Amino acid sequence: MKQLFSFTLAMALIGLFSFTIDKGTGYKIGDTATDFSLLNVDGKMKSLADYKDVKGYIVTFTCNHCPYAVMYEDRLIDLHNRYAPKGYPVIAINPNDPEAQPADSYVAMQERAKEKGFTFDYLFDDGQKIYPQYGATKTPHVFLLDADRVVKYIGAIDDSARDAEAVEVKYLEDAIAALEMGKNPDPAETKAIGCSIKTVK
Amino acid sequence: MMRYIIFLSLLVVSLTLSAQQYDDIKVYKTFDEFKQVFEHKDDKIHVVNFWATWCGPCVKELPYFEELHQKYKDAGVEVLLVSIDWDKHVEKKVIPFLHKNEYTAPTIVFDDPKTNDWIPKVDPDWSGAIPITIFYKGNQRIFKEQAFHSLGELEEIINTLK
Repeated sequence: MKQLFSFTLAMALIGLFSFTIDKGTGYKIGDTATDFSLLNVDGKMKSLADYKDVKGYIVTFTCNHCPYAVMYEDRLIDLHNRYAPKGYPVIAINPNDPEAQPADSYVAMQERAKEKGFTFDYLFDDGQKIYPQYGATKTPHVFLLDADRVVKYIGAIDDSARDAEAVEVKYLEDAIAALEMGKNPDPAETKAIGCSIKTVK
Repeated sequence: MMRYIIFLSLLVVSLTLSAQQYDDIKVYKTFDEFKQVFEHKDDKIHVVNFWATWCGPCVKELPYFEELHQKYKDAGVEVLLVSIDWDKHVEKKVIPFLHKNEYTAPTIVFDDPKTNDWIPKVDPDWSGAIPITIFYKGNQRIFKEQAFHSLGELEEIINTLK
């Protein structure tokens, strides 16, 4: 009996493992996201654990150079200004390798943050260790985590990248509203056009 | 004066001629209109590449798609370049870009802002980053969310469909 149990457990684990491989890396809804320690544009290291008394985290992979990322800069500032006081700060992370895209260097990040007046932290994924764990594939790419760092929503900020005036569905804000009501966001995942993450290969 | 007029007329004619090559760039505004590019039931291998003028890796790989088009256009391979630039950028960005690079591969523009509706219909595995390329022949279909670095890499995939 015990053997049968071990066997079943082993098969289940193998099944789970191969599933993970098949689906590639990166978080699915319900996974617990990793914390990190990344350099912020203010020169200090920042971790999710540094944000006290929060109800969630709006982890947003974004960058300087991508036009689709730029289109969302003002909306990210607005989101942070409205939602950080409610316990949902925006934490922006640049996942690009500056060797592949010089416009996304740490110094360029500092300049852009100053120029645009970013009110949120803008961190540099130096060495590109964090974005693959999250499974970010593009900029911008949002991961909404709850207070326990459980991934609740993955995807776009809203349904109209190019024109903030033409937005019909605010996916991210709807997802936060769902969390506030103790519900799971629906949709929990959305797709939008973005720039591939730049790596040196 | 006469010389001036002749010069002007020549200029106009040459501008018209150079523009004409791209006059037939069609802009599709909805996925329903656009989706027929994935529905050819002929014997050809169809190579549908999504790109944009603002996308660095896309622009870098386009020469290989142009080469592919040149080399195999009479050998059963149909290359289609799908620019997802906005329609208002077609005249100012897309056409001058194609012109400058002397690309001859068939090109269309697909500009439907409701990306969450159509990205999964192009391919459920597509994250939304570009470039992507879909290779298909009949019911065989290969989806690649990556950039290509040579004509050889494209030929390798083409050969698996023959």
